[in-house]
Amino acid sequence: MSEPVLAVENLSIAFASGRTTRRAVHDLSFAVDRGETLAIVGESGCGKSITALSLLGLVPPPGRIDGGRVRLEGRDLAALSEAELRKVRGARIAMIFQEPMTALNPVLTIGEQIMEAILEHERVGRAAARDRAIALLERVHIPDARRRFSDFPHRLSGGMRQRVMIAMALALSPAVLVADEPTTALDVTIQAQILDLMDELKRESGTAVVLITHDLGVVAQHADRVLVMYAGRKVEERATADLFARPLHPYTRGLIAARPRLGSGRFGRQRLVEIPGTVPSLSGRPSGCAFAPRCALAEVACTVAVPPLVAAGGGSVACLRSGDVHVPEHRREALDA
Amino acid sequence: MARYLKRSLGQIAFVIIGIAVINFFLLRLAPGDAAQVMAGEAGSATPEYMAALRQQFGLDQPLYVQFLSYLKNVLTLNLGYSFRQGMPVSELIALRLPATLLLMGTSIAFAVSVGGTLGFLAARHAGRLADTVISSVALVFYATPVFWIGVMLVVVFSVLLDWLPVGGMASIESGLTGLGYAADVAQHLILPALTLGLFYLAIYTRLMRASMLEVYGQDFVRTARAKGVRPRRIALRHVLRNALLPIVTTLGVQLGSILGGAILVETVFAWPGLGRLAFEALFQRDLNLLLGILFCSSVVVVFVNLAVDLAYTVLDPRIELS
Repeated sequence: MSEPVLAVENLSIAFASGRTTRRAVHDLSFAVDRGETLAIVGESGCGKSITALSLLGLVPPPGRIDGGRVRLEGRDLAALSEAELRKVRGARIAMIFQEPMTALNPVLTIGEQIMEAILEHERVGRAAARDRAIALLERVHIPDARRRFSDFPHRLSGGMRQRVMIAMALALSPAVLVADEPTTALDVTIQAQILDLMDELKRESGTAVVLITHDLGVVAQHADRVLVMYAGRKVEERATADLFARPLHPYTRGLIAARPRLGSGRFGRQRLVEIPGTVPSLSGRPSGCAFAPRCALAEVACTVAVPPLVAAGGGSVACLRSGDVHVPEHRREALDA
Repeated sequence: MARYLKRSLGQIAFVIIGIAVINFFLLRLAPGDAAQVMAGEAGSATPEYMAALRQQFGLDQPLYVQFLSYLKNVLTLNLGYSFRQGMPVSELIALRLPATLLLMGTSIAFAVSVGGTLGFLAARHAGRLADTVISSVALVFYATPVFWIGVMLVVVFSVLLDWLPVGGMASIESGLTGLGYAADVAQHLILPALTLGLFYLAIYTRLMRASMLEVYGQDFVRTARAKGVRPRRIALRHVLRNALLPIVTTLGVQLGSILGGAILVETVFAWPGLGRLAFEALFQRDLNLLLGILFCSSVVVVFVNLAVDLAYTVLDPRIELS
């Protein structure tokens, strides 16, 4: 087996405020192979976006990586100087963001912004960079690319801007593309177009994709593997098909059950199932399993120590009760009480 | 564009006439008139002499007649005659306006360029020593009264060091021409421009710093970082351009107030500008002259604001004039 293009080993990210430091991400490990799409899912506030930024060495202060390593194509990013890191960013690992409306500079044309990525990393002339930028716009299916090149971002729709972001990210054929909720801010039809485009480009170039999302529909269609995060920890990692067929962690099951579905219930409507409670804040994380306070299956043992990740169902899961997939109704009631 | 200009020129005419009307009535609220002041200066005045003066100046007419004749004059761009100075108002203003524009232009250019640069540097080194030093110095200039800075500059650079002239706009005895004259004026200009500029410099330093830091927090800066763009380039290309918009806005607003600040500085440095002329006219109740100066100032301010609007479209492509 060849080495994965991206390997994250025991990554921890902490935020310092005053004298206290709080861990936003704990001991996170995962790997992505060439041409593979790994989805990282979880509710807001579980550490997905900060993990994404850490892959590019862009954790905003006062946050910092305080443990573990990020290895990109075999190189430890933490060992690189800021100048070396800058040469990697955009060139070997690129990122697209959630808000295409604000992620582009309003006072520069989209063409200039794509050219900037090329000129920053390669010694090419402006004319050559311009031609490549136009070719990239065509590659992400922006109609009339030559004219669009000199448009400012506010002239483009959200979907078009996200295409520009993708063109910019792919300008230097990176080994890894990190997409942080790339479609959350877009209409449903546009979402599908953008994700299909990302799949298409991934097939052409063999780029590995780390897809951060909270939309399980997106995960089911576009990811090869899924990593479920809760309160800064990995709680389950499985192949997509396995995860949806037989989710092991109660949180994963809750996420899957909470998806809106068509056609069930009277008049095709029913109340959405939800997971009670919210993700605990950084300061208020309980000892033991962070999900225990919201979990119907929790027992005393769950609150004592953080459950370790164990191999299960072709992947791994961190839950003491993951064996109890089908809980008898009377026991669940007893646990709730 | 042409349509925009046409519309805003219409608005400008309306605004200027509105200001002129308000000025006219506002100035009548002050007690006393030119006749009283002149009579007071003469030491002895009979009621007949005062009446004669008032008749000569047209001050014996009912207010509405004075107003209508003033309005007619404004509409025909005739600013009237200063009985006090014995010259047409327009000539007096033409004599003094260049000096004020020179002083204003120099100080604001100094304030924006140096203040902007300092704010830029402070923002790039936010929280570090350079930032602390720049921010503290800016605060000191911001908090110090303008006239006091002026007097202190004179004490240090003119009296103690004898590097620069104390006041005035040109050396009387020199009779210089061409470049020599320009150099002489420049030498006279340094202290007043510095005095007026330092206060505004502080404002632009703080504004630029705050504005840059705000833009640094925006998503597209993160995008640029993720692209691997060099920090210097991010600062100049992405942050600075977006941070300039509030600077331009403030500039437009302040050009009006800097005209007020000019009065003080022109008085301290005996600078033969419009501000001092206005100051004298006010005390002498030379209403024609004062109205003329206020009228000219409003024209300058209004057109500067039009220029600011046009500058927006260059700086920010999202703003379109229609």
